[in-house]
Amino acid sequence: MKLTVEQVRHVANLARLELSAAEEGRFVERLQAVVDAVDALSKIDTTGVPPMTAPVHGAPTTRADEPGGMLTTDEALANAPQKVGTSFAIPRVIE
Amino acid sequence: MSALYELTLAEVSLALAQRRVSASEVLDAQVARLGAVEPRVQAFLRIDEAGARAAATASDARRSAGQSLGPLDGVPVALKDNLLTRGVETTAGSRILSGYVPPNDATVTTRLKQAGAVILGKTNLDEFAMGSSTESCPFHLTQNPYALDRVPGGSSGGSAAAVAAREVFGALGSDTGGSIRQPAALTNVVGLKPTWGRVSRSGVIAYASSLDQVGPFGRTVTDVALQLKVIAGHDPADSTSSDAPVPDYAAGLTGSVKGLRIGLPREYEVAGMDPHVLASVKAAAKTLQGLGATLVELSLPHTGAALAAYYLIASSEASSNLGRYDGVRFGHRAEGVKTLRELYVKSRSEGFGEEVKRRIMLGTFALSAGYHDAYSVKAQQVRTLIRRDFEQAFGVCDVVLSATSPVPAWKQGEKLDDPLALYLMDVLTIPCNLAGLPGVSVPMAPTSAGLPTGLQVLGRPFDEQTVLNVAHAWERETSYFRRAPEL
Repeated sequence: MKLTVEQVRHVANLARLELSAAEEGRFVERLQAVVDAVDALSKIDTTGVPPMTAPVHGAPTTRADEPGGMLTTDEALANAPQKVGTSFAIPRVIE
Repeated sequence: MSALYELTLAEVSLALAQRRVSASEVLDAQVARLGAVEPRVQAFLRIDEAGARAAATASDARRSAGQSLGPLDGVPVALKDNLLTRGVETTAGSRILSGYVPPNDATVTTRLKQAGAVILGKTNLDEFAMGSSTESCPFHLTQNPYALDRVPGGSSGGSAAAVAAREVFGALGSDTGGSIRQPAALTNVVGLKPTWGRVSRSGVIAYASSLDQVGPFGRTVTDVALQLKVIAGHDPADSTSSDAPVPDYAAGLTGSVKGLRIGLPREYEVAGMDPHVLASVKAAAKTLQGLGATLVELSLPHTGAALAAYYLIASSEASSNLGRYDGVRFGHRAEGVKTLRELYVKSRSEGFGEEVKRRIMLGTFALSAGYHDAYSVKAQQVRTLIRRDFEQAFGVCDVVLSATSPVPAWKQGEKLDDPLALYLMDVLTIPCNLAGLPGVSVPMAPTSAGLPTGLQVLGRPFDEQTVLNVAHAWERETSYFRRAPEL
């Protein structure tokens, strides 16, 4: 399939990325090359083949449902670029 | 006795156990070695000499009291910078995590510390482990110790180079599509990617969760086996980590391959493969046959589709995993923004490098409405076919043998402008990740120009022991691992 600049802009928007004009051009070209390569998959017959989400070998392991290994508020906030009291700060969303 | 830094991990471990040398003396030797070669190799993003010094002192105190935490006690090692280290900056090689100081250790970090290992620092990588050359990190390049104008491979290029340059005795990396095995091959060291689920991923900065697995680098198979024993095993913090028992891998290295069936997949002779590499793999198969193994030619028919499936699956998972970098809780935050949306967009656009953006874009595209079935689901179905290929192969053989990388190390900058050419470098390592299998790369014959190459051994799920044993038999029969870079 052929990618357009509009499609690349749409995907960038979904990914919350902003591309410069130069980046847009490069991304159309480079993503097109990858999309061309992955289009080859459509030729493989996968009728009735279940999709595999993870290479799980055997049953998953579980643990007791007990809280543990939690961070303190200070630890959780230590890397926050901006904080107010015990909260992460973001621009106002409700006027 | 040779210089301390020339010893293997097993040798320095023995010297420490016999108290011929102290952990502090070993650390002094490695710090001096770093001073001598690190400016040219640049394997590290960060060296934590103070932390290492404290760990070495504690190790010496234990030894003085007649105690030991095992073979890694007092041994300097390094960690790839996508493994969390409490109190020590961890960036995953990305500007978006510049200055990030984790509040906790990855489980593998904890286990190394509990084993008394001396963590000397954090090693360079491609940004978020996305790459095959350690060139996509925005901070600095890492040089191949065997040819300083060439790449060390990637994405765990820093860990591979640090071990190859004799800066540390062991190191951990992560392998999503070959990121441990391929740099090991390009730098003449041993690198093991364990079975998916063998080692906890808790505290590993996620790239593609269904493919990522942490594993060790060492100069010898024994060195890798000793580290695997420490990091493997169930972790309550990772429900995908297996509770299968962890054997004593080093003790299980018999060096015998008698009666073992070695599979040679015809699809692993790929176009563009270096003729020396191809000839060396064939010679290696003959050598193992001479040691009593049986060779089985076989087919893994969906190999050709693995690369495409991998890039869709890995990119899709990455686009989801990297959604957490939004400038709110940690990492880079754009300045002067007025809305929350602008905060997300600007922080991410400023923080991520181009290769990371490209993969987020591809993944977002493959998961978006209208394309999900044609790309994401299709790739996951092909993944099932690739897994079935291996299941069939392991009906007629015990391990699969191939080259690790189709080519030796290339010059820095040579392939940067062509992502597809770079992706092709992973073609022999990717199927193993898709199927979740264990695989090791062990040094093979260097090229006429002296560039290292690697032999890859893949095995059944949780059969690291057989994989390591074949590599060990090969290593004992040849002497490539003894070669050292001239630095």
